[in-house]
Amino acid sequence: MNIGKSIGLELGQSTRFAFGEELAALGDVFPTLVVVDGDVGNSTRTEVFGKKYPERFFNAGIAESNMVSMAAGLALSGHISVASSFAAFLTCNAYDQIRMGVGFPHANVKLVGSHCGISIGEDGPSQMGIEDLALMSSIPQMVVLAPCDGVSTRALTRKMLEYVGPVYMRTGRPDVPVIYKDGAAALEIGTANRVREGKDATIIACGLMVAIALEAAAELAKRGVECRVLDMHTVKPIDRAAIVAAARETGAIVTAEEHLLDGGLGSAVARVVTEEAPCKMAFVGVRDTYAESGKPEELLAKYGLTTAEVVAAVERAKR
Amino acid sequence: MTTAAGNGHPSSCLSASHIVTALYFGGFLRLDPKAPHAPDRDRFIMSKGHAAPILYAALAEKGVFSTDTLMGLRKIGDPLEGHPNVRRVPGVEASTGSLGQGLSIGLGIALAQKLAKNGARTFVLTGDGELDEGQVWEAAMAASKYKSDNLVAIVDRNHYQQTGPGDHVLPLEPLAAKWQACGWETYEIDGHDWAQVVGALSRACETKGRPTAILARTVKGFGVTRIVEDPGNKFHGVPLKAKEAEEAIQEIERA
Ligand SMILES: Cc1ncc(C[n+]2csc(CCOP(=O)(O)OP(=O)(O)O)c2C)c(N)n1
Ligand SMILES: [Mg+2]
Repeated sequence: MNIGKSIGLELGQSTRFAFGEELAALGDVFPTLVVVDGDVGNSTRTEVFGKKYPERFFNAGIAESNMVSMAAGLALSGHISVASSFAAFLTCNAYDQIRMGVGFPHANVKLVGSHCGISIGEDGPSQMGIEDLALMSSIPQMVVLAPCDGVSTRALTRKMLEYVGPVYMRTGRPDVPVIYKDGAAALEIGTANRVREGKDATIIACGLMVAIALEAAAELAKRGVECRVLDMHTVKPIDRAAIVAAARETGAIVTAEEHLLDGGLGSAVARVVTEEAPCKMAFVGVRDTYAESGKPEELLAKYGLTTAEVVAAVERAKR
Repeated sequence: MTTAAGNGHPSSCLSASHIVTALYFGGFLRLDPKAPHAPDRDRFIMSKGHAAPILYAALAEKGVFSTDTLMGLRKIGDPLEGHPNVRRVPGVEASTGSLGQGLSIGLGIALAQKLAKNGARTFVLTGDGELDEGQVWEAAMAASKYKSDNLVAIVDRNHYQQTGPGDHVLPLEPLAAKWQACGWETYEIDGHDWAQVVGALSRACETKGRPTAILARTVKGFGVTRIVEDPGNKFHGVPLKAKEAEEAIQEIERA
């Protein structure tokens, strides 16, 4: 992956690998932690935990509905339970089970969906989670996380297990650039993190798009436009104060997400902007379509998730 | 209760009356009404959540909450919602109402009981129409894999679902063979015969190494002629009028 190279970011772990290793590392810290997976533990990386703690790991088979309800039953018995599959299968196949077993009873279940977005590449659209943020945001009181690199994924995995209540976290397939080379322990659920200062516009991004936003900001700086960049790792509850400050202090906001434009990060930010501090906005994301097979960076280019698209969006928002 | 509420599913409660009574008052469900959240309690999940009133009645009769509260059913602000809500009612073990999910939740609880080594059991009551849901069979296979002998599924086999006889909606037979094929100890009983209900539950509690399914032949609306003799099952989800309810109670008391 070449993303981030132009600004000197080093390639790090994928968010799914970081999650899997951290989960296993935290097994003794959280003795009530149990993990349920749907025959994809080698992909979601829950298998690392499963090998270390076989008695606390349940492979439910290719049966996501049952898997989620089982996780709910374990949580209703006092466990912190993690249920994991591909983002698409977990959130789409088991949506009603999430609603009834996790959201409605406010159960302490942590849903982790891997293979989010289109950067999964060759496996194609049936495997891509491009609607997960919208679906999970539509569960009342669900916390929705979309970390951008391996380091912050580890930090947020711990925060997610400490938090009591339902959480959804998406993780990605490819190795991604390191944003938090000095660590991410200070990250808090619900608080956006400023990864670049700027006064002329703000790019609010999550996941892989944070690296792309930083590249865009570097490009815009050459043209005399200084962008603030926010890592909005928590899509819900969204950091309203950070959005309002961005709108008032920089006057223009662009959002960037590896997700459909419907119901994801952009929609959540736009609602706050409209209610509290109207300003010009532009949106980068997947535009009302399914993607296709291809190499990750080919797909990102074809479906408009590039540095150039973010640069163009900032220019639109500043017009 | 449903008559006072003006809506609800009395016929679905009546078919389950012996089963629920045997569980709560036949010595099977170890539940201290003063400590309904004790970690080592047995659990009962009303997976066919539309039969919530009989669950509420059993919990009240057991002393988990007062029988005076029962008439609050389905009223605004009242915890006794149309379908069970685990966050609002002590003794309710899972929020149900979307059919097909209770057995999976029960399996999760049964696995937790095994991890806790507390010897506790989980009983799940499902409808027969509810077995149309594929998730039930996902749970059946998974419970067998985990040798969940502390999990008991009881099927209220009343042969009716919402829009008519199950045989017309989606045939289930051979039903016992399906559970057996999934690795479950399986009993077919008369769900209105005390001895048979108690006997099957006793054997389920003794079974080792695999879960038990009890297919209880029941009659939708049991005890109330007006409902039982309704060929179209048009009483599904329909309460009796006040006078009909009075007659029904007299009929049940005479029996
Ligand atoms: C997933 C889902 N689909 C549909 C319904 C609507 N519904 C409520 S009761 C019922 C019939 C249930 O039949 P059965 O399981 O046989 O229960 P019983 O005969 O004991 O009432 C239906 C379809 C529902 N509650 N959940
Ligand atoms: Mg029925």
